[in-house]
Amino acid sequence: MLEIKGLRAGIETKEILKGIDLVVPDGEVHAIMGPNGSGKSTLSYVLSGREGYEVTAGEATFDGQDLLSIEPEARAALGLFLAFQYPVELPGVNNAVFLRTALNAQRRSRGEPELDAVQFLKLARAEVKRLSMADDMLKRNVNVGFSGGEKKRNEVLQMAILRPKLAILDETDSGLDIDALKIVADGVNALRGPNFSALVITHYQRLLDHIVPDRVHVLSAGRIVRSGGPELAHQLEAEGYASVSEAA
Amino acid sequence: MSASAFLSRFDAARAVLPGDASLREAAAGVLRARGLPGPREEAWRYTRLRPLSEADYAMPVPGREVSLPASVAALDAPRLVFVDGTYRADLSVPPSKAVLRTGVPAMGPLARPESERLVALNTMLAADGAELSVAAGVDAGTVVLVSLGGEGVAFHPRHAVHLARGAKLTLIEICAGEGRYLHNPVTSITVEAGAILTHLRLQDEGIEAIHLSTIYADVAEGGTYDSFALTIGARLARMEVHARLGGTAAMAHLNAAQLLGGVQHADFTTVVTHDAPATQSRQTVKNVLTGRSHGVFQGKIEVSRIAQKTDGYQMNQALLLSPDAEINCKPQLEIYADDVKCSHGATVGALDADQYFYLRSRGVPAAEARAILVRAFLAEALDPIAHEAGRALLENAVAGWWERHPA
Ligand SMILES: Nc1ncnc2c1ncn2[C@@H]1O[C@H](COP(=O)(O)OP(=O)(O)OP(=O)(O)O)[C@@H](O)[C@H]1O
Ligand SMILES: [Mg+2]
Repeated sequence: MLEIKGLRAGIETKEILKGIDLVVPDGEVHAIMGPNGSGKSTLSYVLSGREGYEVTAGEATFDGQDLLSIEPEARAALGLFLAFQYPVELPGVNNAVFLRTALNAQRRSRGEPELDAVQFLKLARAEVKRLSMADDMLKRNVNVGFSGGEKKRNEVLQMAILRPKLAILDETDSGLDIDALKIVADGVNALRGPNFSALVITHYQRLLDHIVPDRVHVLSAGRIVRSGGPELAHQLEAEGYASVSEAA
Repeated sequence: MSASAFLSRFDAARAVLPGDASLREAAAGVLRARGLPGPREEAWRYTRLRPLSEADYAMPVPGREVSLPASVAALDAPRLVFVDGTYRADLSVPPSKAVLRTGVPAMGPLARPESERLVALNTMLAADGAELSVAAGVDAGTVVLVSLGGEGVAFHPRHAVHLARGAKLTLIEICAGEGRYLHNPVTSITVEAGAILTHLRLQDEGIEAIHLSTIYADVAEGGTYDSFALTIGARLARMEVHARLGGTAAMAHLNAAQLLGGVQHADFTTVVTHDAPATQSRQTVKNVLTGRSHGVFQGKIEVSRIAQKTDGYQMNQALLLSPDAEINCKPQLEIYADDVKCSHGATVGALDADQYFYLRSRGVPAAEARAILVRAFLAEALDPIAHEAGRALLENAVAGWWERHPA
């Protein structure tokens, strides 16, 4: 379970998150919507441990363990996964090697045996196929020369292979064509179960038609100004953010 | 040791040194007149030979017991082993498809002791070396040249490699050792028309050692000198390569990587002379520097008037892993032909924070993430190495580098 209490954070010159309270119980998928610049990506970075953000108040725990004081790799080992809004290119790093290194690092930290190259490729190829990705994706350098949609799919591939307990998907639907959206949603839905929860950041109701959330939150100017059921997303789609912000 | 200290070593040994005495006397004359290179000389601005002048070396005693590095056996190829500069038949496996001569310095046709003082030093004191020749049209496979240095000695081996028309050879050179010593080899390389020499070098000298090497390579029409040098060893190192492309469409690759930590200093200095039309040179030099280490790349491309359609490329990149590491880069173009394509570039940077975070967010520990990004930085230089065993040797050296310099 992810629990965020009174979280305030920002960069050196300004506060971006101005007191966030949010609980995502195991097994649930929550959506976060909100205007550009409201702090959605910042929240995902602060939770996953990117450098450059200063937490000034509040806390965030996952399964009772304090997230904010541990290294990014330790957070990943606990089961946290962030699908980046802008996936990073790694020239000179083979995608398959990258994925296997990550998986084995996590397995090692959990005391599980590592997978050898053959075992890994079998697993990876099956996931590539399930996500309808081109076969050569595993052979290419991580995200280098990938189209926007291919990068997003590659994030979902990583998620499928790493099998996190908590996934934060930061606008994973942006840039996807209609078929890809469905495939990505299926990829997330396949992981759904009592030991998986997700925070889905999106601007569009469309994704939430496929990944039906348990709760929808609206983040505006660094605060959650409204929470509700899936119907809230429909209201936003119809009326825009002004309606909910005023109501708050 | 100063030039005069080396000169008195020469006085004591001149009677027993093998080979052409007149060359030695001429070289001694150069040193007597001009001394060792100093910081006021343009070519030595960034690399000070101070550790050399502060050291005191004895003449090697032949026959000491050594064990070969495991990496040498793993290459499973003919090998020429030199210990403290002396050929050791008991440790070597001579090649079957190349002609080998040892026991005297292989002076070769190219060296210029009058302009390179370290070459003069070598010429004066060289006691042994390998002369390796491959006959026309013969593919001689792989030959490994190993140098092992030991405590307290200076040695100046003199090698020559000759590939006749259409011949082929991969020469893998490994320099290793223990203790404070000076390894000052000079190699003269001639590649005749259409011949291909692949030269992979691993400079992994002892961490207190000094490595000062000079290579002269002359490439004839349609020939290729394809070299890659990895520097990870020595307290002070300079690799100097003078390549002359003397025949139409001759080609030289002088690629290198320098991985340095602690107080290491390494200098890769090249002079490429395009002396015929349609010749091509490529230099990609990568530096990974941590601790208080210092990397230097000086690359000069000279294009003579007749060398139209020359294609020269030079790139120096540095990854600084610590705030106290330093890189100096000096590209120089001297072009006398009008229809040429020459370019050079340089980049200096730290690890990319976004890439580093991306890896760690996937659970890759910090040290491993750094190693992956450094390996990726070197990919452009390492990946094109076609010789599999040679590439594996270099990959292992890169992978093991982290154990010496944990961040
Ligand atoms: N490193 C930074 N330097 C300067 N400003 C920053 C930095 N990081 C975030 N910000 C600012 O903080 C605010 C929140 O940014 P954030 O990326 O979290 O927004 P977002 O809700 O994800 O927006 P979008 O929907 O456009 O992705 C923005 O105004 C942004 O410009
Ligand atoms: Mg965002």
